[in-house]
Amino acid sequence: MNKIELGEFIKSTDQDLEIKEGKQFVEVTLPPSKLYSLAKQLKEREEVKFDFLDCLSGVDYGHDLGVVYHLRSTIYEHAIVLKTRTSDRENPKLDSVSDLWRTAEFHEREVYDLLGIKFNNHPDLRRLFLDNSWGFPLRKDYVDDITIVTK
Amino acid sequence: MGIKGMKYEEFRDNESLELLKESGSNILLTTIDDVINWGRKNSLWPLTFATSCCGIEMMQTGAPRHDFARFGMEVYRASPRQADVIVVAGTIVYKMAPVLKRLYDQMSEPKYVVAMGACAISGGPFFLNSYSVVRGVEHVIPVDVYVPGCPPRPEALLYGMLQLQRLIETETIKSRRLRNASHNSK
Repeated sequence: MNKIELGEFIKSTDQDLEIKEGKQFVEVTLPPSKLYSLAKQLKEREEVKFDFLDCLSGVDYGHDLGVVYHLRSTIYEHAIVLKTRTSDRENPKLDSVSDLWRTAEFHEREVYDLLGIKFNNHPDLRRLFLDNSWGFPLRKDYVDDITIVTK
Repeated sequence: MGIKGMKYEEFRDNESLELLKESGSNILLTTIDDVINWGRKNSLWPLTFATSCCGIEMMQTGAPRHDFARFGMEVYRASPRQADVIVVAGTIVYKMAPVLKRLYDQMSEPKYVVAMGACAISGGPFFLNSYSVVRGVEHVIPVDVYVPGCPPRPEALLYGMLQLQRLIETETIKSRRLRNASHNSK
């Protein structure tokens, strides 16, 4: 499918989603509540078959925390980007996609480790690189006067 | 003036490292020192230890084009028990620091440390705004030679290793002990 067809496919699943045709990818911005159901459809529907999670990255937008999913189909060789964000910084929670794509298990652990975003239904949500004495160092409001040297 | 423009004679005595060798020992002792130092400096076995891109340059230094086997350093040892020198080639993060310290402790005396590249010297490109990088490996283990660069070319590492050989030449059995004492008190 090309980008226009992909956009129409997304429209057919849910009218309200915000779809932007970027230079490289079709970008879908959606609220956390709709994320899992759309991801499941993208994975399982025969006409799109996004069977590969390219990349899952956490983002700190300053006020919001979010996650960006790069999906790819090894059969049709098309790709799509899903973006979701939550404004809850104290206890940010998103749905895990690790039962759809196994690779998300580690990716989500990494996001949890560095940004503190928790994932519902993740089988083993522990810190990946750092130990428990750390905060969440990739957050923009992270403060560490001892180790971080600033100009 | 860089290393490139340096004349061979100047390389031989560009500083006065050799003056560090205190006179005052008797002839027998200095002769023994000379023999021991000759042996030590010409069979420096490095530990296979590289944490990032400096490691690639270190491998290149060992490869045929630059070939530091010419100076007796060809045998990379995978075990710290058999190594004489640890070339800290790359970024050391706080998670790696205890491992590096343990490796250093497991090496048998005499042991030397070369800090290779900007990261190992001062944290380098990660000096500002980093939450995880140790700002210079001398916070963890005592360093003998610093090789600047990001990463240093193989020639630079070679030069550093030759400086280390000169350093070894200045040792006596007595000053080696003194040197260790000053290291341990750090």
